[in-house]
Amino acid sequence: MTALALTDVCKSFGSVEVLKDINLTVEDGEFVVFVGPSGCGKSTLLRVIAGLEDASSGTVEICGSVVNSVPPAKRGIAMVFQSYALYPHLSVRDNMSLGLKQEKQPKSVIEERVNKAIEMLDLGAYVDRRPSDLSGGQRQRVAIGRAIVREPKLFLFDEPLSNLDAALRMNTRIEIAELQRTLRATMIYVTHDQTEAMTLADKIVVLRDGRVEQVGSPMELYNNPANQFVAGFLGSPAMNFLKKAPLSIPENGVLGIRPEHLRPMAGGRIKGTVIHVERLGGDTNLLVSTDQKEPLTVRIFGQDGTRVGETIELDFDDAVSFAFDHEQRRVG
Amino acid sequence: MSIARQNRLNTFAAHGALILYTLIAMFPVFVIVINSFKTRKAIFREPLALPNADSFSLIGYETVLKQGDFFLYFQNSMIVTVGSLFFILLFGSMAAFALAEYRFKGNLIMGLYLALGIMIPIRIGTVAILEMMVQTGLVNTLWALILVYTAQGLPLAVFILSEFMRQVSDDLKNAGRIDGLSEYRIFFRLVLPLVRPAMATVAVFNMIPIWNDLWFPLILAPAEEVKTLTLGSQVFIGQFVTDWNAVLSALSLAILPVMALYVVFSRQLIRGITSGAVK
Repeated sequence: MTALALTDVCKSFGSVEVLKDINLTVEDGEFVVFVGPSGCGKSTLLRVIAGLEDASSGTVEICGSVVNSVPPAKRGIAMVFQSYALYPHLSVRDNMSLGLKQEKQPKSVIEERVNKAIEMLDLGAYVDRRPSDLSGGQRQRVAIGRAIVREPKLFLFDEPLSNLDAALRMNTRIEIAELQRTLRATMIYVTHDQTEAMTLADKIVVLRDGRVEQVGSPMELYNNPANQFVAGFLGSPAMNFLKKAPLSIPENGVLGIRPEHLRPMAGGRIKGTVIHVERLGGDTNLLVSTDQKEPLTVRIFGQDGTRVGETIELDFDDAVSFAFDHEQRRVG
Repeated sequence: MSIARQNRLNTFAAHGALILYTLIAMFPVFVIVINSFKTRKAIFREPLALPNADSFSLIGYETVLKQGDFFLYFQNSMIVTVGSLFFILLFGSMAAFALAEYRFKGNLIMGLYLALGIMIPIRIGTVAILEMMVQTGLVNTLWALILVYTAQGLPLAVFILSEFMRQVSDDLKNAGRIDGLSEYRIFFRLVLPLVRPAMATVAVFNMIPIWNDLWFPLILAPAEEVKTLTLGSQVFIGQFVTDWNAVLSALSLAILPVMALYVVFSRQLIRGITSGAVK
């Protein structure tokens, strides 16, 4: 069953077009991540789905019914915000139950759902505290709890991890993934962080300048990017793009090689000098300037003794390189 | 932050300047209060001396309280001030919310139009206001004063509050919308509590000019039963003879309610003034 369908959705603020002809379907139980650089329209798209912004044209369908003129509270959605957006004057329990009270649910139902969410998120010790007495991670869990109790058809997450520190971010990421598995819920998640996108998504939607660049599973996009933008956006360190190397490069185009596909090899096709070495323990990143003065990143698994200033010869497998034409389209 | 900058001399100079300013600002009030407790002769003989056993007298307060209507004047001033503040804050914050929150045609123009009142003194329109009040039959009512003061206070209130309301997180308001709160509840329950310091600032800035105003009470409501305190105190000031004891006592008493209101608002006020600075 289709949980969400967007048809030709456009949104403009005055003369600025923020979203251009977005078409997308999300199946029931799918975890979809919108990813793109800042200003690409991903948050606006989420707001249009939530009903916080009206689409300038096009239709938004949730579970088969068109909701263009339905207010946010009646769309069967719940949203988790980057800044948590908890009600500062209410306790944790009241924060979670407010939405249900507004829906005029009977007291017993409210009690049961809130208790379940509190248990699920391990918030038992904090139910009577105010948001100002909680840490960032706890606040975010309360915000997630507030979404869960509404039992929505669609969960919307707007960069929920951006305000957390690195360690907490990873834990919360795993919690969200587990949550999705237990609830079998449909979730739409907005982020600018490609790691979050790759690790969480069933389906990634890459956006740029208000357009959908490519839709697919993380590995599809990684192994088979449709254009240079998608290829460069996903993967860390980012893909290398060479214009001048003595290789078979399309006219005016570029050749893309992922850092992990390059390996040092005597007599390799690319020659250069190591200008910087990053030793991460698990792997080593070499920054190389080719003889044509193009920058290149090489990722070597494990520890490596290469030093700055050494000359290096590199090669790669043609099967895992990508060619893009002058309009950044994939040609091979 | 305080450790690095703590320099004894600087601290001393800063406190010195503040104490000096306080003394200068408090001096007139001090002179009024001490003289209100002295006999008439003592006031003129040594205006700056503290009251002692010889010069101490409560004659001024007795005159004021015997005048009988004094409590009525007090009550009138209180009704006018509190009523005006209530309407200024209510309508000012509502207009500010609309300007800060909603995108509509002419939003900017409307904001400028509302702010224009800050620069144009309302007293220019006194004659027109008087004519209007005569026609609507509001002359010599407290409503005339409340309406005029509300109009006078709104521009600054809208200007200050809309700035503060822009700072309230959009996410919070949107979370309320998704939870099904009406725009009114979002305004009253989520936004207003967060701009409380700004509301207190607006209240204090408006309260004192309204309480002290002589102009509009004199023109719009000079009748005995609607006189405000400032206007009522004028009976002691005559063209030839002025009852200084009574005037000074009336003024000393007039300070008390404003001070009480200020204490109510002051904690919020300090937060309001500093909140922009340290963020």
